[in-house]
Amino acid sequence: MNDERDSDEALLERFQRAAFEYFVEAWNPTNGLVADTTRAGAPASIAVVGFALSSYVVGVERGWLSRHDAAARVLVTLRFFWNSTQSGSPDATGYKGFYYHFLDMGSGRRVWQSELSMIDSGFLLAGALTAGVYFDSDAEEEAQIRRLADALYRRVDWQWAQGGAATLRQGWKPESGFFHYGWEGYSEAAILYVLALASPTFAPAHNCYAAWTATYQWENIYDYEFLYAGPLFIHLFSHAWIDFAGIRDKFMREKRSDYFENSGRAVAVQREFARRNPHDCIGYGADCWGLSANDGPGLKTLTIDGFERRFFGYAARGIPYGPDDGTLAPAAMLASMPFDPPAALAALRMLCARYPQMTQASRLPSGFNPTLRGEGPQGWVSEGYFGLDQGVIVLMIENHRSQLLWKLMRRCPHIGEGLRRAGFRGAWLG
Amino acid sequence: MGHAEAPVGFEPGDPDSVELFANAHPPLWRNPPPRGTYDLVVLGGGPAGLLAARGAATLGRKVALIERNLLGGNCLNDGCVPSKALIRSAQLYARMREAQVLGVPQPRDVRIDVPETMRRIRHLQARLSRADSAQRLLTHGVDVYFGAARFAGPAAVSVAGATLRFKKALVATGSRPLVTAIAGLDAAGYWTNENVFKLSALPRRLLVIGGGPLGCELAQAFCRLGSHVIIAQDDPMFLPGEERDAAQILSDSLAHDGVEIHLNTQVVAVRKAGEQKVVDLVSDESGFSVSVDEILAGTGRTPNVEDLDLEAAQVEYDTTAGIHVNDFLRTTNARIYAAGDVCLEHRFAHMADASARLVLHNALMRGRRRLSALTVPWCTYTDPEIAHVGMYVREAREQAIPVETFTILMHDVDRAVTDGDEAGFLKIHVKDGTDQILGATIVARHAGEMINELTVAISAGIGLAELGRVIHAYPTQAEAIKMAADAYFLTRLKVASR
Repeated sequence: MNDERDSDEALLERFQRAAFEYFVEAWNPTNGLVADTTRAGAPASIAVVGFALSSYVVGVERGWLSRHDAAARVLVTLRFFWNSTQSGSPDATGYKGFYYHFLDMGSGRRVWQSELSMIDSGFLLAGALTAGVYFDSDAEEEAQIRRLADALYRRVDWQWAQGGAATLRQGWKPESGFFHYGWEGYSEAAILYVLALASPTFAPAHNCYAAWTATYQWENIYDYEFLYAGPLFIHLFSHAWIDFAGIRDKFMREKRSDYFENSGRAVAVQREFARRNPHDCIGYGADCWGLSANDGPGLKTLTIDGFERRFFGYAARGIPYGPDDGTLAPAAMLASMPFDPPAALAALRMLCARYPQMTQASRLPSGFNPTLRGEGPQGWVSEGYFGLDQGVIVLMIENHRSQLLWKLMRRCPHIGEGLRRAGFRGAWLG
Repeated sequence: MGHAEAPVGFEPGDPDSVELFANAHPPLWRNPPPRGTYDLVVLGGGPAGLLAARGAATLGRKVALIERNLLGGNCLNDGCVPSKALIRSAQLYARMREAQVLGVPQPRDVRIDVPETMRRIRHLQARLSRADSAQRLLTHGVDVYFGAARFAGPAAVSVAGATLRFKKALVATGSRPLVTAIAGLDAAGYWTNENVFKLSALPRRLLVIGGGPLGCELAQAFCRLGSHVIIAQDDPMFLPGEERDAAQILSDSLAHDGVEIHLNTQVVAVRKAGEQKVVDLVSDESGFSVSVDEILAGTGRTPNVEDLDLEAAQVEYDTTAGIHVNDFLRTTNARIYAAGDVCLEHRFAHMADASARLVLHNALMRGRRRLSALTVPWCTYTDPEIAHVGMYVREAREQAIPVETFTILMHDVDRAVTDGDEAGFLKIHVKDGTDQILGATIVARHAGEMINELTVAISAGIGLAELGRVIHAYPTQAEAIKMAADAYFLTRLKVASR
């Protein structure tokens, strides 16, 4: 590989393809589940399955997977989720149409005493609905995909997921019930609310979206005005499926902006934070940024160059309030392509030039930390790969290149309806 | 009249105790005979009661003040004064351990001397008690009674065998620690702020129940003094209701100090096992136990409304919110007012002071001042401090007020950088499209000092643009306010250039 000579398009193709291959390698053909990470014994993550279902569509369009194979993968996955146990039992697969965050790769049952996760179920449903729109032929397998995707969506009881609160709850456990905290502040949950609001069967109270957006904070940081959220992934994930450019809800009309533009500003603030580098982390700069939810070196305190530094494991790192332990999320840099292509490309080329050991496989790890010395200038590097990172790379590069996912989801009636019920107007939404 | 009841906690061998009690509750004090009908009888000699009594006397009114135990109230005796003195000592130990951050070698052989720290606290309390001594009040024209007060009717109070008749009365009996019912806690024993400052040795392991302001302050202080501190907080973040980012920085700071943090965690049972206290906790569905030497509980507050026979005075109250008052701080008995912790949501010494001023005007000067018109700042004295004034964004948005927040990171403020005080931020919330300051939150080492400028601005209706025209001394940490004003100015320039 010679990254410097690669055209932008060739470079993106290489990293997108490598990310896509994660889903080819990490899935179980008997039930369609996809491992959370490449680490031995990793369970399936339902959010990663959602990204996988959408990535198969990208794979077909890019010629990496036949339409028939992609449909077969989608079908086995949707059949599993439709037929798996839905009950309040602690080892079920799901309940009330939602699914547990982590499932056993073989049996598909709940593991790690994980929560019934509303947001991760939302990503799973987004993937199912993407496939439902894409596979639009009269072939029986594609018709089945459409029926199953729609049935899975209609089965979700969003009213129950409010748990008596004004907003949707974050999670539920059979042992202890709903988490006693909800969504506060801007987050990746936009797609969750859009899907919930459009439900023809169990739509939540119509004011739940307003209740959530009432917790938003519009901040001026480093002279950038934006809807604040610290970790970068928050500004990315819902955008993998929904084209927010030009459409505005009440909040964004008030601010004369939109969520697409907002993500671009979030990238700018991330870059400015890295340039200022208040904690003197090694490697940070205008082309080396990206504090997000990702794997880290583990919880420990070390003295480095005479100064005590605290490191964290998997954590939602964010700007400007931290935590900032010097760990960056390369996938978040690359997944920012649609919002600031020059910045994301410059970051990718920087990664390739400065940390060739880390990027030689063209697949990006969950985190790296040059401040914590390791083998090479990249310092500590997360072991293996994480499905969420690979999924958001596949989808966001594709949205940059062809807007495929955005175009598909514009055709999904539930997305349009949910956006309208949330008060969005303008651009493609009319 | 006879002697008042003997004061609680008097230690004749300790000179600081002798001075404190000589000022705050003289052991040989004799209550004066009542001087007919008083213009004002004040129940409670804390910050609110003292201010009201002195103010009424200055107005030339006949005034009596009744205190059950020590003048100065919770603030002087087991609240702000001792806790801030302890926090200052603990902060210095922490600074010495991190001296290298400032380019200074860490001092060798730093030994923590808890008895000396406690002696200093007692001495400061004794010193500060001089300002409002019983004798000084008497000289000022206030009849001071020690004893338990009870209403003897709508216009009379009894104390230590005497009946005081009044035209107006003020109930300012304050609050006390609120201890959540936990199985086995009473039998195992626990500290509250009323006895934690009287300890003679540091507990090796301390469990703090509750992550409100007092719990967080003392958890950090004891950790810095050398205890292994575990803090259990039922909510997903510390300081519920405070800015989420502020609570996160506090959580990071406590963790940095070495506090063992358990959020979303309930304490369900306590039992003694030899000298240890074994505490059962539950987080989500998982249960676990910790063994500690001491437990600090009662970090919340409950109003002192019992034993006053408020029914006899036809004053409505409940044991949670305290005495019911209207916006003029008048109770359901038109002669009787209330101020401070016994009736207010914001249980701060400065609110006790402000509400007592309001009562003075309304009760004795035919005033119509409203509680709702007050601009109330507050501060949690952790390191960094967390201070707030005015509205939070969510409160503004609930009222359909659009908000823009101007944020300055302390790591961008020159003086904070030179002082090594970079953790924290300043957020000023303005009504979108205007410079009207709705509220502000500051997380900084000296946030409590910095918030006052913004309190003045909100109270006086000074906008952020005007604050930007005020010259701020450079370099100071309060320059963050100027920087926020500059950021606002830039947004106006952008609008103007469109």
